[in-house]
Amino acid sequence: MDLLLTIALIVGKSLLLLVALLIFIAYILLADRKVWAAVQLRRGPNVVGPFGLFQSFADLLKFVFKEPVVPAGSDKALFLLAPLLTCVLSLAGWAVIPLAQGWAIADLNLGVLYLLAISSLGVYGIIIGGWASNSKYPFLSALRSAAQMVSYEVSIGFVVITVLLCVGSLNLTAVVQAQETRGLATMLGVPWLTFLNWYWLPLLPMLVIFFISALAETNRPPFDLAEAESELVAGFMVEYSSTPYLLFMLGEYVSIVLMCAMTTILFFGGWSPPIALPPFTWVPGVIWFILKVCLVFFMFAMVKAFVPRYRYDQLMRLGWKVFLPISLAMVVIVAAVLQLTGWAPTP
Amino acid sequence: MTGQAFFFYLFAGVCIASAFMVIASRNPVHAVLFLILAFVNAAGLFMLMGAEFLALILVVVYVGAVAVLFLFVVMMLDVDFAELREGFLSYLPIGALIGVIFLVELVLVIGLFSVDPASVRPAVVATATDVSNIQAIGQVLYTRYFFFFQAAGFILLVAMIGAIVLTLRHKPNVKRQDVAAQVARNKASAMEVRKVPSRQGV
Repeated sequence: MDLLLTIALIVGKSLLLLVALLIFIAYILLADRKVWAAVQLRRGPNVVGPFGLFQSFADLLKFVFKEPVVPAGSDKALFLLAPLLTCVLSLAGWAVIPLAQGWAIADLNLGVLYLLAISSLGVYGIIIGGWASNSKYPFLSALRSAAQMVSYEVSIGFVVITVLLCVGSLNLTAVVQAQETRGLATMLGVPWLTFLNWYWLPLLPMLVIFFISALAETNRPPFDLAEAESELVAGFMVEYSSTPYLLFMLGEYVSIVLMCAMTTILFFGGWSPPIALPPFTWVPGVIWFILKVCLVFFMFAMVKAFVPRYRYDQLMRLGWKVFLPISLAMVVIVAAVLQLTGWAPTP
Repeated sequence: MTGQAFFFYLFAGVCIASAFMVIASRNPVHAVLFLILAFVNAAGLFMLMGAEFLALILVVVYVGAVAVLFLFVVMMLDVDFAELREGFLSYLPIGALIGVIFLVELVLVIGLFSVDPASVRPAVVATATDVSNIQAIGQVLYTRYFFFFQAAGFILLVAMIGAIVLTLRHKPNVKRQDVAAQVARNKASAMEVRKVPSRQGV
């Protein structure tokens, strides 16, 4: 009975998170298009509902009611498995994200490692989708995209390690709590200025690397070489239509928001308010979390709007020859500083 | 306990079934995908044993990196199934011979295998609840087995350098991008203004 209750509770929480997340994605998608349009002096979607607020739902209905076309020469099972895999894996990452104090579905001790494991699996959706389509453009683009994701995962891993060195735990809740209680502001004797405690300031170079790597990892512009429409039509999704395509699209946006949430947790103090004084502390933690995620996503959207696309060799050079050495050096430097100054967290 | 048993049989069953499919499936890409499924289920088994760190590292390293390379290579292969089946009969006798020898050896080894009762001890398990999985591994790895850890690191480094040395070739007459030179360009070094006389060209 007890077991059943626990299972029911977990399922209920997951469903709640899923619904909230999907509605959030619907509006973040709209915000992405609106920002893009505003930069280009267009109006963006403005027909469905007031200010186009129901555009995403209209798109959803359109996708679902279209006919799914499965190419005759494709590997049918894998062809349909690939979008499901992409979508499920990117949703699975959200299980360990703490939206506020104690608001994680699974508060794992190895939460960060779990996130890395899940995001390293994301590449399979792309490879399988590209291969199962049995067509040359999707395949080429799947290879590109997979190589890109594998390369940038390395520097993301090193950035995460530097943060973990400062925190002394792999638990995501502990990462946020460490930024609430220890850090620069506490050392300066002004512990209520929590925004100085957050790791964006001492680890600023790592924040920049993480942000750019997150763009590359999620195939966002300017690194969206997988779907460079001038060369590869729409990348590995060329053969997909209707709901399978929707699942690819949804998975992509879920993992983009996941990356925004990771940036928030690792560098911007998760749910903690910027200043720990009354008007700010009255606001619930989850609101701060969502605000920060939206802010990071706004940067994602702006980058998409005004940075031209990279060439593939430049992308690879940036990943392997610039980010990897810098992040590797920073791991050593941060570890040495923490050890020599005695700031290292004690387990 | 029943939940644990259920998940054990689930993971173990799927693991064995997918391991069988690795060798049974006709399409090499399917075989690699079944291999990945087997890895993931093995990670699930580790997780059930309480070795969360090993489970997640298995997923990150084997599923996320090694198997991706496998999949790359196998997808690039141009396998002709008809050609593969052609040679099947001619290789059958020698294959069967090796298989039978291997089977006999296995039966002999397992049949004659016995455990010295004196050597059976309860397994030493670190059950300290206040030390997390990753801390326990770190405490052993970086103190007692530090030399082995370093040696393993050096071997990997040598292998990596070896692979680079084997494949790195600098072809002459190939234009390469020199980013530092490009960034260092300024107006004076990149442009020149010429007076072009009318009807004569440069």
